Amino acid sequence: MSANQDNAMNATVSQTMHNPTRLDHCFSTLKQQNRPALISYLTAGDPDADTSRRLLHGLPAAGVDIIELGMPFSDPMADGPAIQKAAQRALNNGQTQAKTLDMVRTFREQDSTTPIVLMGYYNPIYRYGVERFLTDAARAGVDGLIVVDLPPEHDEELCQPAFRHGIDFIRLATPTTDAKRLPRVLANASGFIYYVSVAGVTGGSAPTPERLEASVSRLREDTELPIAVGFGIRTAEQAATIGRYSDAVVVGSALVDCIEHATTPDDAVERVHGLVSELAESVRACRS
Amino acid sequence: MNQPVDISQSLPDANGLFGNFGGRFVAETLMPLILELQDEYTAAKNDPEFQRQLAYFQGDYVGRPSPLYFAERLTEHFGGASIYLKREELNHTGAHKINNCIGQVLLAKQMGKKRIIAETGAGMHGVATATVAARFGLPCVIYMGTTDIERQQTNVFRMKLLGAEIVPVTSGTGTLKDAMNEALRDWVTNVDDTFYIIGTVAGPHPYPAMVRDFQAVIGHETRTQMLEKKGRLPDSLIACVGGGSNAIGLFYPFLNDPDVHMVGVEAGGKGVNSGLHAASLNGGTPGVLHGNRTYLLQDEDGQITDAHSISAGLDYPGIGPEHAWLHEQKRVEYVSATDDEALEAFQICCRKEGIIPALETAHALAEVAKRAPQLPREHLMVINLSGRGDKDMTSVAHHLGDKFGVKNV
Repeated sequence: MSANQDNAMNATVSQTMHNPTRLDHCFSTLKQQNRPALISYLTAGDPDADTSRRLLHGLPAAGVDIIELGMPFSDPMADGPAIQKAAQRALNNGQTQAKTLDMVRTFREQDSTTPIVLMGYYNPIYRYGVERFLTDAARAGVDGLIVVDLPPEHDEELCQPAFRHGIDFIRLATPTTDAKRLPRVLANASGFIYYVSVAGVTGGSAPTPERLEASVSRLREDTELPIAVGFGIRTAEQAATIGRYSDAVVVGSALVDCIEHATTPDDAVERVHGLVSELAESVRACRS
Repeated sequence: MNQPVDISQSLPDANGLFGNFGGRFVAETLMPLILELQDEYTAAKNDPEFQRQLAYFQGDYVGRPSPLYFAERLTEHFGGASIYLKREELNHTGAHKINNCIGQVLLAKQMGKKRIIAETGAGMHGVATATVAARFGLPCVIYMGTTDIERQQTNVFRMKLLGAEIVPVTSGTGTLKDAMNEALRDWVTNVDDTFYIIGTVAGPHPYPAMVRDFQAVIGHETRTQMLEKKGRLPDSLIACVGGGSNAIGLFYPFLNDPDVHMVGVEAGGKGVNSGLHAASLNGGTPGVLHGNRTYLLQDEDGQITDAHSISAGLDYPGIGPEHAWLHEQKRVEYVSATDDEALEAFQICCRKEGIIPALETAHALAEVAKRAPQLPREHLMVINLSGRGDKDMTSVAHHLGDKFGVKNV
């Protein structure tokens, strides 16, 4: 039996039975407004705990609809230089998994609606302890997880336990995910689908517009979940183009670059929120 | 005392697991290719034509079989067990690494891939990869940490002569793990046309099994050769372990023989209690890195910590998942040797046998120094002499140069 057909370890769990989540609310509201969501990525603890907290707390006001918060890892294999450096800055300044969850908890005290999705790699979660992590994450107010190195073949590790804790496991689909494989990728997906626009690492080359639109349309035939597009999106113009046909646009490396180029913490906050405002304005107007 | 391991249960399982270790912890972009590779490899394993080609290149190009040599002077020196060296350093390119590279490049050709990438630590896998890429006419990019480039200049030059492009990796500590991260980033970006030749029994399934199978020729030959020489199996097998490809290559064909004791020697650096070592099993904990679950050097928060070893080839914070499993099954005993112990054994091998071993291999020899004197002459001990030490002259001169009145090599 080929591995493609082997579903023994991958029993599908019903992902339709839960109460509407913050992510569900967010996407249905935006659907009514006929505009895509802006998803921002920042690494927790970058460049330091205090600045990172200020950056996070100001995102909704600057126009972010969904927050993707990176859990720094020493060996981020799917990330380009910008996010690698961000993780290193955060770790050098003492960021830990517990501090990242604490950031979410503090954020939730003042914002109970903006969804937060934690993004990262499996090892720091595995080391923290899967059950303990999910309990703490759910309590802190985490809505979803994106874990790059957990394909559907390993759904029993974190995807299925996360669902039991009411946390969505956001699945990545990529240009290499062919029709034969797609059902498996979608099987336990919840929250939204993250379409990786190019085969590569974060912060790499920009996607080809025509091919990207066709890929998103194809994906839509097989899922009713909202589709976010990310990787290589840096400008308001790109965000607007992609936002016309996708349900969300993810911008990460471009924001993280603002932190790297900033001269002071105040400058970092100003630059990041400034770029977010530009992107937000652009996605709000892209379908009108 | 040894637990027999039934390899007829043919681990890893369909999901690439050795017990709880191994697996396919990679980004979705790579999954379709990993699954295709698994199917192609399974087909190649049962394809007589593929096996015929593999045997041809192992013979006429690599120079197999490598001799099983009775090290008479080492045996006398230690005054105990009879010591046999499996001479993998006599292979083309000077180490066991080529056994695997020949197999993988044949697979790359079969899959129609147009470009080869690899990571390297000591440079032996990089040289072996550059060699087969040259032989099969494929462009080749080698990722190598800047720290390793500095201490392995000879191999860097060899790879360049063979036509490979060397990409220096500055991230992290500039050693093997960082080179592997960078190779994985290249692979995910060029997934359509690129074949990643992983050099050790790690990475996502099917690599740990595939690399093991290509290296198992070492153990199969040893078995035949010892039966020819002494009419029986060896009593113990000793090999150094970084990722663990030379060790598993020697051990694998003996796993079902409960009377054959096996010892894997990790790099103890400045000592396993010093925090400066590369001993994942003796000083690490289970975790997930580079596509598989295994023992890793990591902190409380799951961040990978730096490995330390005098030998670039063992300077890796993980170990192949099958070793993690064999460790927990207690089928193989895993010990460690420090930098100093390895350097001492290195010199003994040079002077007693006229063989300059790789610093990696010297760790296995350090264990021989501890073990052989306690055993009777009837005890047949096989050491995998996994590589030659020419590449290590700069490092060794740095440590021992004064003793010989040598400043630079």
